[in-house]
Amino acid sequence: MTVVQVVRSEWTKIRSVASTVWTLSLAVVVTVALGMLISALTDREFGRLGPADRLSFDPTLISFAGMSLGQLAMIVFGVLVVSNEYSTGMIRTSLAAVPRRGTFLLGKIAPATALALLVSLATAFAAFFLGQAMLDEHGTSIGEPGVLRAVIGGGLYMTLIAVFSMGVAAMLRFPMLSLGTLMPFFFLISGVLGNVPATEKVGRFLPDQAGRRIMQVVPPAGDDTPYGPWGGLGIMALWVLAALVGGYVLLRRRDA
Amino acid sequence: MIEAVGLTKRYGAKTAVHNLSFQVRPGTVTGFLGPNGSGKSTTMRMILGLDNPTSGHVTIGGHPYRKLPNAPRQVGALLDAKAVHGGRSARSHLLCLAQLSGIPERRVDEVLGVVGLQDVARKRSKGFSLGMGQRLGIAAALLGDPQVLLFDEPVNGLDPEGILWVRNLMKSLAAEGRTVFVSSHLMSEMALTAEHLIVIGRGQLLADMSVRDFIAANSADFARARTPDAEQREKLTAALTEAGGQVLPEPDGALRVTGLPLPRISDLAHEADVRLWELSPHQASLEEAYMRMTQAAVDYRSTTDQREGLMQPLPPGVQPPMPVPGQGQPGWYAPPPPQQGGQPFAMPQPMPQATGPYGAPAAPSPGNPYAAPAPAEPATPAPAPAPAPADLTKPEDAR
Repeated sequence: MTVVQVVRSEWTKIRSVASTVWTLSLAVVVTVALGMLISALTDREFGRLGPADRLSFDPTLISFAGMSLGQLAMIVFGVLVVSNEYSTGMIRTSLAAVPRRGTFLLGKIAPATALALLVSLATAFAAFFLGQAMLDEHGTSIGEPGVLRAVIGGGLYMTLIAVFSMGVAAMLRFPMLSLGTLMPFFFLISGVLGNVPATEKVGRFLPDQAGRRIMQVVPPAGDDTPYGPWGGLGIMALWVLAALVGGYVLLRRRDA
Repeated sequence: MIEAVGLTKRYGAKTAVHNLSFQVRPGTVTGFLGPNGSGKSTTMRMILGLDNPTSGHVTIGGHPYRKLPNAPRQVGALLDAKAVHGGRSARSHLLCLAQLSGIPERRVDEVLGVVGLQDVARKRSKGFSLGMGQRLGIAAALLGDPQVLLFDEPVNGLDPEGILWVRNLMKSLAAEGRTVFVSSHLMSEMALTAEHLIVIGRGQLLADMSVRDFIAANSADFARARTPDAEQREKLTAALTEAGGQVLPEPDGALRVTGLPLPRISDLAHEADVRLWELSPHQASLEEAYMRMTQAAVDYRSTTDQREGLMQPLPPGVQPPMPVPGQGQPGWYAPPPPQQGGQPFAMPQPMPQATGPYGAPAAPSPGNPYAAPAPAEPATPAPAPAPAPADLTKPEDAR
């Protein structure tokens, strides 16, 4: 079957280029190290927290603090996997070899997604356990209710970020354009929309904010989010699906 | 067998390819010629299903490319040799392509050997020269051992040994009964490689015929005769015209004679008591025939560099530089038309009077024993028309 062939080829493509390997490693290192650092700092400052803050203190979420930066490396990975083809012109050779656009895109995204999932899950577990170690007696354990869900969810969240980036890159084609769209979106726009009261309710439905819900074990005080952890991840998955469908439709229509 | 029917591609207001119909048959090398920007690469991309035609269709073996079962085992293509991820080794690049098409890994090492890249197989292609990149692209085209092969400018950047190798490769592929479709700008190379020609200009078909027919239809063989002075030239012209030949004066004072065999010209000159300083046969080349046909369809024509305001005052005692004949396209001398009225294709524009400093018959050419009083050689066509400034930013296949 052709998809299997494309998957094998794509695996070779990812392996044989240093940049994809590097960005993935960077995602792991940044997420885990930053999570550990913030957990350690929180542990030292815990005595100064007010009673309300202590009530809504979420040790699981704290250990994932590095993800806000680590996800940027995942975005770069997702963008590079797709747009490397365009920036080098390899896309024409690839599409000449696999003229069916659907098969090509599926074969391209599937192995990259599998790899991202593997790395993300490992990252999430490493970030959790090392973060909890830093939090010491303020930490939690994987056996507590909702914690395992949050850790696995953290892995899924990072994976979906990468796949979303692949879909956007398939639509926009060029790496600079894709990164220039995704980086400010996740780093600035999403944060601004989520913190300004007027747009807070809209901001909630952005992919990263909806998806991040699954990493919360203790909901913040006065939480009125209209969806639960899995609902949030579902909203994010819809965004990802939309990006992939958009990428497929454009790939089919457009001249390569 | 590649078959295009009414193929048309428009980008906005610009029509890149207009109503193109042709067939590329197996067993011969078919050359695909046309000036820069005439739509060659666009046509190649449409054959490969990369660009969707605005109207019309093109099929390979009866199937549109996107519907072709197991396409890479049937069609191999070299489009752009630089379309490789520079960070990937040559072997990895071919390996991903082989895996895409379900081709076993050992075939990768085979084709690396065929193109002579086995020693650099594990080096990153970033450091490859243009010629090595071409070889890698040709290796990619050969991977699936396909029956149909497309090559866009395969000899670009190759050394003479490489050019000879590509020529023999194309011929042997065709001799095995495969369909080989090659575009090139190098006329001399095409004349040696291709048996059949498809010529387009401004996206339209200009010719679809064998190389021999193409040369015969677009240019004629002629004899060049040279006399010691103008008086004898007049006499010879009269005698030859009377005998039924066509005589065309060349700018340096020689005569182009068509319609009479060489011995007859000599006899006629003898009878008219005219001495000949030169009587030489000239075979029309593919290049001449091509230039004649595509003259009207060239989009990007170079002009003479006037260097206005840039001329440095010459230091005393220094001669101004000798102009080089052949600079600036208007100066070249068209070969004679194939007999009277036998011009089925693009009529050439009227001979422009040479006006530029390079076209003026001023410079006495040193060391030409045949042209005693006569100046300057007939200007030869500039080999490659320089692209217009607007085109410099994008490569040809980016359009």
